[in-house]
Amino acid sequence: MDDHDAPARLSGVTKRYGTITALHEVALTLRAGETLALLGPNGAGKTTAIRTLLGIITPDAGTATLFGRDPRSPRNRARTGAMLQVAGVPATLTVSEHVRLFASYYPRPLPLAETLAIAGLRGLEHRLYGELSGGQRQRVAFALAICGDPDALILDEPTSALDVESRLALWAQIRAYVARGRSVLLTTHDLAEADALADRIVVLLAGQVVAEGSSSAIKARAGGTIVRCSTGLSVDQLHAIPDVDAVSRDGNVVRITTRAADSLVRALYVQDPSFALIDVTARPLEDAFLALTQSSANHAELLGGAA
Amino acid sequence: MIARITFAETRAELTKQTRLPAYVIPTLAFPLAFYAFFGLAMGASRGVGATTVATYLLATYGAFGVVGCALFGFGVSVAVERGQGWLLVKRASPMPPIAYVLAKMFTAMAFAATVVVLLCVLGAAFGGVRLAPVTWTELVLALVLGAIPFCALGLAIGSVAGPNSAPALVNLVYLPMSFASGLWIPIEMLPPAVAHVAPFLPTYHLGQLALGTLGAGHGSALTHVAVLAAWAVAGVAAAAYGLRGDEGRTYG
Repeated sequence: MDDHDAPARLSGVTKRYGTITALHEVALTLRAGETLALLGPNGAGKTTAIRTLLGIITPDAGTATLFGRDPRSPRNRARTGAMLQVAGVPATLTVSEHVRLFASYYPRPLPLAETLAIAGLRGLEHRLYGELSGGQRQRVAFALAICGDPDALILDEPTSALDVESRLALWAQIRAYVARGRSVLLTTHDLAEADALADRIVVLLAGQVVAEGSSSAIKARAGGTIVRCSTGLSVDQLHAIPDVDAVSRDGNVVRITTRAADSLVRALYVQDPSFALIDVTARPLEDAFLALTQSSANHAELLGGAA
Repeated sequence: MIARITFAETRAELTKQTRLPAYVIPTLAFPLAFYAFFGLAMGASRGVGATTVATYLLATYGAFGVVGCALFGFGVSVAVERGQGWLLVKRASPMPPIAYVLAKMFTAMAFAATVVVLLCVLGAAFGGVRLAPVTWTELVLALVLGAIPFCALGLAIGSVAGPNSAPALVNLVYLPMSFASGLWIPIEMLPPAVAHVAPFLPTYHLGQLALGTLGAGHGSALTHVAVLAAWAVAGVAAAAYGLRGDEGRTYG
């Protein structure tokens, strides 16, 4: 695959807002036929990266291309579908009126019925947008992105603010589109979502790409669970338990990072009668990649550039 | 391709705005109600210069209605769609930007034509307004085409105003400007100071252009068209300046 014709590509992209560096020399490539997740916590610069890729934001340095050309060229726009995070969509058009209008922008759109079926909107076509639930609205945004049958689909936080059921439904809809052999770039702050949907993951932290690799490789590095508890065991004893990656103590609370929470908790109950579990949470992304960025030469810049 | 998309965009825009009471009611009801009250109920057949009150005010309330359609249809809707980020979705799509602008202009002109025709029906039915067919045609055409420069001014307002402040800002421009241009009360009846200011306002020139078709206006039609064209150019330039470097700042 010639990278120069890649469906979407950022190279050396830097974008500053005043003193804040939103993106620092970001490079990423969406290859033909793959699903790529841009993973990062809120404020990492994901939306800036997506909007730069779509030609809405002009970078201070570096280039953004779709299919090897300027994202703003009409030919590229006709090959790209986008789902952006926006506050409002006109409320007084029906679902099918919205979809038909967007389909009219593209040279070879999907038939209306097919778009509605893929996006899970059958039966809602005559409802006004303003009457839809949050999950249904998100599906309309997805329908507008796919209705032109684009070669590249760019989704900015497609499932944010959705309940679990709607999220799983949208995952299925994204997979149904991927199955047509199209390239998809999506952003998310959820490692599980990136792992569930993407072939490859690029991790963005404070405006910099800090890791890139297959979903399984990134998951192995970033995955894991944080178990907070109170225990009489020493830090060394805790480290001796299999699959424990890190231990820290904050007063009476011990924070253990592990790749196997179940067996850790079981072992603690057995070894320590005074053990009490406080909570179990997914390991935050920052936690997994902070060491990496702190050791980098751009440490100071990064701290100043957390946008 | 652009023509086809513009057609689809216009149809959607018309549908969208027609279902929006906040747009339809003020733009249609206010000019009709004002005309019925000042133009018809308060002595329709009294003379104003060479014509009657009902005939004279048909032209000026026509202008008032047309300007409202353009400023609200364009100004407020662009401000809302820009402020909520909807414009970004459009910009990321293959829609040619000109289709967006033309659709809003055609929609404003369709509403303007509706207001003007309804005013004409009111005037003919209840105000004894009698005009030659060619005069009716000239009046309606002057008014409906007169929406264009105000669409440009609406675009300028929409490109700088926030979605919540836009309606207030439009009213702040629209209402005093209409009054001072003699669209509510004939300019001859306003204090001389107002009459001196009026020629600096675009609304005055649309009002006089419409009155000119009835033989009741001041100045030449060519001058009014030239001034309105200049305002249109200024509006487009201001909008281009306002939208320059718009990278999607959104207001809740």
